[in-house]
Amino acid sequence: MTIDILQFAIILVIMTGLVVVVGKWMAHLFTSPAHSFLERGTYRVLGIDPSEKMSWKRYGMVLVLSNAAMMLLGYVLLRVQQYLPGDALERASQTPDLAFNTAASFITNTNWQAYSGESSLSNFSQMAVITFLMCMSAATGVAAAGGFIRGMSRQNASDIGNYWVDFTRVLYRLLLPLSFFMALVYVWQGVPQTLHADAVVSTLQGIQQQIILGPVASFETIKHIGTNGGGFFGMNAAHPFENPTPLTNTLHILSMLLIPSALTYTFGSMIMRRRQGWAFFGAFVVMFVGFLALIYSAEHSGNPMLTPLGVDQTQTALQGGGNMEGKELRFGVAQSSMFAAVTTAATTGSVDSMHDSYTPLGGLVPLSQMMLNDVFGGDGVGLINLIAYAILTVFLVGMMIGRTPEFLGKKIEAREIKYVMLAILAHPFSILGFTALATLMPSTLQSLNNLGPHGFSEVLYAYTSGTANNGSAFAGLNANTPFFNTTIGLAMLIGRYFTLLPMLAVAGSLAAKKAVAESAGTLPTSTPLFTGLLVFVVLIVGGLTFIPALALGPIVEQFLMLAGKTFQ
Amino acid sequence: MAESQIMTSTAPRPPRSKRPIHTRGAVPWTSVLVDALRKLSPREQMKNPVMFVVYVGSIVVTLLGLRALWQPAGHESVGFVFAIAAWLWFTVLFANAAEALAEGRGKAQADALRATRQRVMARVLDEPKPDSPSRMVASDALAVGDLVLVQAQELIPADGDILVGVASVDESAITGESAPVIREAGGDFSSVTGGTRVLSDWIIMRVTAKPGEAFLDRMISMVEGAKRGKTPNEVALTILLVALTLIFLLVTATLLPFSQFSVAVTGAGQPVSITVLIALLVCLIPTTIGALLSTVGIAGMSRMIKANVLATSGRAIEAAGDVDVLLLDKTGTITLGNREAAEFHPAPGIDVRTLAEAAVLASLADETPEGRSIVALAKKRFGLSERSLEGAEIIPFTAQTRMSGIDFADRKLRKGAASAIRAYVEQAGGTLAPAVQRTVDEVSRHGSTALAVADGAQVLGVVELKDIIKRGIKERFAELRAMGIKTVMITGDNPLTAAAIAAEAGVDDYLAEATPEDKLKLIRKYQAEGHLVAMTGDGTNDAPALAQADVAVAMNSGTQAAKEAANMVDLDSNPAKLIQVVEVGKQMIMTRGALTTFSVANDLAKYFAIIPAAFVATYPALGALNVMGLHSPDSAILSAVIFNALIIVALIPLALRGVKYRAEPAAQLLKRNLLIYSVGGLIAPFIGIKLIDMLITPFF
Repeated sequence: MTIDILQFAIILVIMTGLVVVVGKWMAHLFTSPAHSFLERGTYRVLGIDPSEKMSWKRYGMVLVLSNAAMMLLGYVLLRVQQYLPGDALERASQTPDLAFNTAASFITNTNWQAYSGESSLSNFSQMAVITFLMCMSAATGVAAAGGFIRGMSRQNASDIGNYWVDFTRVLYRLLLPLSFFMALVYVWQGVPQTLHADAVVSTLQGIQQQIILGPVASFETIKHIGTNGGGFFGMNAAHPFENPTPLTNTLHILSMLLIPSALTYTFGSMIMRRRQGWAFFGAFVVMFVGFLALIYSAEHSGNPMLTPLGVDQTQTALQGGGNMEGKELRFGVAQSSMFAAVTTAATTGSVDSMHDSYTPLGGLVPLSQMMLNDVFGGDGVGLINLIAYAILTVFLVGMMIGRTPEFLGKKIEAREIKYVMLAILAHPFSILGFTALATLMPSTLQSLNNLGPHGFSEVLYAYTSGTANNGSAFAGLNANTPFFNTTIGLAMLIGRYFTLLPMLAVAGSLAAKKAVAESAGTLPTSTPLFTGLLVFVVLIVGGLTFIPALALGPIVEQFLMLAGKTFQ
Repeated sequence: MAESQIMTSTAPRPPRSKRPIHTRGAVPWTSVLVDALRKLSPREQMKNPVMFVVYVGSIVVTLLGLRALWQPAGHESVGFVFAIAAWLWFTVLFANAAEALAEGRGKAQADALRATRQRVMARVLDEPKPDSPSRMVASDALAVGDLVLVQAQELIPADGDILVGVASVDESAITGESAPVIREAGGDFSSVTGGTRVLSDWIIMRVTAKPGEAFLDRMISMVEGAKRGKTPNEVALTILLVALTLIFLLVTATLLPFSQFSVAVTGAGQPVSITVLIALLVCLIPTTIGALLSTVGIAGMSRMIKANVLATSGRAIEAAGDVDVLLLDKTGTITLGNREAAEFHPAPGIDVRTLAEAAVLASLADETPEGRSIVALAKKRFGLSERSLEGAEIIPFTAQTRMSGIDFADRKLRKGAASAIRAYVEQAGGTLAPAVQRTVDEVSRHGSTALAVADGAQVLGVVELKDIIKRGIKERFAELRAMGIKTVMITGDNPLTAAAIAAEAGVDDYLAEATPEDKLKLIRKYQAEGHLVAMTGDGTNDAPALAQADVAVAMNSGTQAAKEAANMVDLDSNPAKLIQVVEVGKQMIMTRGALTTFSVANDLAKYFAIIPAAFVATYPALGALNVMGLHSPDSAILSAVIFNALIIVALIPLALRGVKYRAEPAAQLLKRNLLIYSVGGLIAPFIGIKLIDMLITPFF
């Protein structure tokens, strides 16, 4: 157990070190006035004016329209897959609802997969649709954060920057070099990188077995750096080709946390208040450590219902111990718990263990983190979501100092609150609304593997994962039905754009404002007290919303497990 | 001279207001009850979205109860449904009562103001001459531009400017100040307010405001809350509360299918009832702040009026809380209006005692504070006592001579401005010694006033009069600084004098030899730096600066133009009121914040009360969440609803009185108020709900 906690600590320390390096680099790429040779060429070829100053409306419109175009491209390619040459296995096209779901899933950085990668996608689709959209959606998120932060840092300004420039720079200066480097590391660790579709081998039993191969290493890099999470294989990061060694497991974890955590530094650096960036980093870490402690202790103590059956679940030198159902022996409880906590905090959604098989309390953690959606959060959007809550915090408690609320020297007024609340409302609206709709559908019961509260958790998890643009699943639900494909697809789009656009509006509105002078009478927002308050508001406003639903899912399941009651 | 007079001359000026215009806010409870019931109309309820949800919830639960009477359905007892319905109605009524109470207080204040508004007959002239042909017109039929003659003992019929004449006017109806004031044509004292009374002489005034739109009328409608628009911060807060209400509406609405689904997958238990869902909804939405929000705003306005300041809008009060630069007039705010003798500087060859003695004699008849302070200083320094003035002739101060003094049979003592004394002695054949002139210059240089004293043709020396900083003002400024509020002294003095006084008073900055244009420029400079500026003013030439300032308090004694440009008027005409205005503004926002935080923090305990109770029928295991050990599901839900209603009543006094104001830096204020209102808000309902549950257990 000490070793487990030590490895958690080491990972968090390395992450903190990377925050400064990557954070500085991102601040530089968002603020440097010079365009590189490659970028200038790209702008010329695509007919982009890099000096255009975009208002938040224009910035947001360009973001949405370019995303829509790419989503449409992805949809078309998935629909015509079987007619495209080059796939030795001649895999079929996706159905319309599945293709919509997949395209929506990857353009929104969700990577919910209602299909199984190796059996339904050709290598061309894996690269041209999946890997491509994974890069684009991550770049979209980070670029949006750039525009958002720039808006917050300005005063009396009518623009928040240029989306094309932000997007291109994130891609060329951040994601592509990082991915290229990481792909080489993964190949060194044994991850396949080939255009061959499969290898046919003779097994020990003497039968022929087909082993699916492909460009996995390049897929894995952007999957984690871009907080995407979709697997090349159905087993995702539990598959030995995706995640062959403890080192790759650790690198996956660090990759997921890399950009979301570093953006706090970028934020502090760009608004010229370093402490503010660290205050937000602190909020991320405090919430994350809390959830990590919960999931680890739940999994570590194992399943009490196995104890009377004589199962030894203690951790010893010879065995990992704890609840090992659905977990890889090579990762054990600690690395699995850490991975599960990180993948749902940074809303990546890749898995190295099956969340469905976690103890109820252990399963509550991924669910809750996705519901909050701002424990690190996805690339770019995590910070934006946290700042939405920071503005709400300023408004709720800020008045207690006897001044109308202000954040970073800007007055928070009706307009900002309207957009912040819109962003905050969209999240429970989508999760609870679609879950309610699904529970009203008689067909839902047929999609469930489990009855009892766990069945409800599976439905709730699906829409939470979709809305939070996470993509992981409680696998017990068969979600590849027209109803689930459509509604989860919609949940992903709502969760992405109905939080991103209102917050860009907030940035635009704050950019246009005059800064208020600061003094001893100003609410301090970069103190540990404020960080604590922010966490409090996230939990009270963001968390309490879901308490009743959670009570009917994992919470009651935990009590029932302790009471020894099971369902089929 | 009595010792006590020395004291009074240095003590802070007593408050000028003898009779604040507000009446003690005892509103009869019957009228509150009637108003609370009257506000049950849907149109009134629609104005407050949060309470409207409760209102609709009450109607629905009442109907559910009635239906259960005819066809008892489900496991819910009719009594339970009606108990919930009753307490939901109480919640609505309590919110109505809070508002009615605040409005009632406002009305009482408005009535007091309106009492000054009598309908009188006005003598309207054709020309601005006293002998012009005239006709009698009722005051409420006057038009802007009418010329009105007002004679002694007549009420002034409307707001206006004096064109001709000078009169002493009793303005006690508005200011509470019983001493009459002089109003005259031209200059800064030409404005008159309707409802005040001319005591002596006569004036011809031009009406500047239509009846019903006069300054006072606007104030009355503000006070009554009739025209009280929402302030920007209130609008933003309302949006937040509506959004929270929507979220919880969503939470409770989706619980119905969730619980039905749970029953289906479990194959046991019963889904949650509509009554319980509505109870949960009402408990979760921010009813506490929703119910008290307008009360806080009205109460803020009332507190301003209690301080004898009338604000033209709630927005102005809110801005007062945000102000971080105060432009303070030196005289009356930082220094007492009067200067005080500080030192005797004898001329060469004159004994200081001789000078002091002469100065005392020349001042004995001088009843101005300056004169008295000379006597007091002499008594303190040299023990000089009063002398008989028998046979002496007192020479009073006149604007022509700029001297005062006393003539004995053998001596002619004079004191006055150095230039006046020089003229006096030169006329008598003497000269002002160069050494004395140097002393005069020296005294002026460090911010004091020099009075020369002469005995016949001989100049005896100079008495130095100093500005007296108000007692306690330095500490006040230190407090303001700690709160992040910058103080700037505005004075017509030269920079040297200003610097000396500024340093002594402890202001952060000063503007010397200030002209109205300088003030305007200074305000613009601070605003460009992102500050919010408050100032006071009374003259017509102050108007541009008043209009530019974020919070502008005009003196009631000032001109109509100044009052029009300002967004507040101080009826006491006390420039030091500015600090109090800021405090009231801050207190109002603080109260709003405290109630909001409290309201949101309350939700945690309510979840623990209602969630296990609501779902225990589906999953008995959820009873484990009943951490408060409440008696039964029904009693738990009812307790939460009762607590939710009673907490509104419990917080009405806080909403009316306001959170206790302290001059502290923001970080400290935040810590203190957080501890009380958010930690308190988390804990209080746990205790409250448990206690209510224990009380109602016998009924279950």
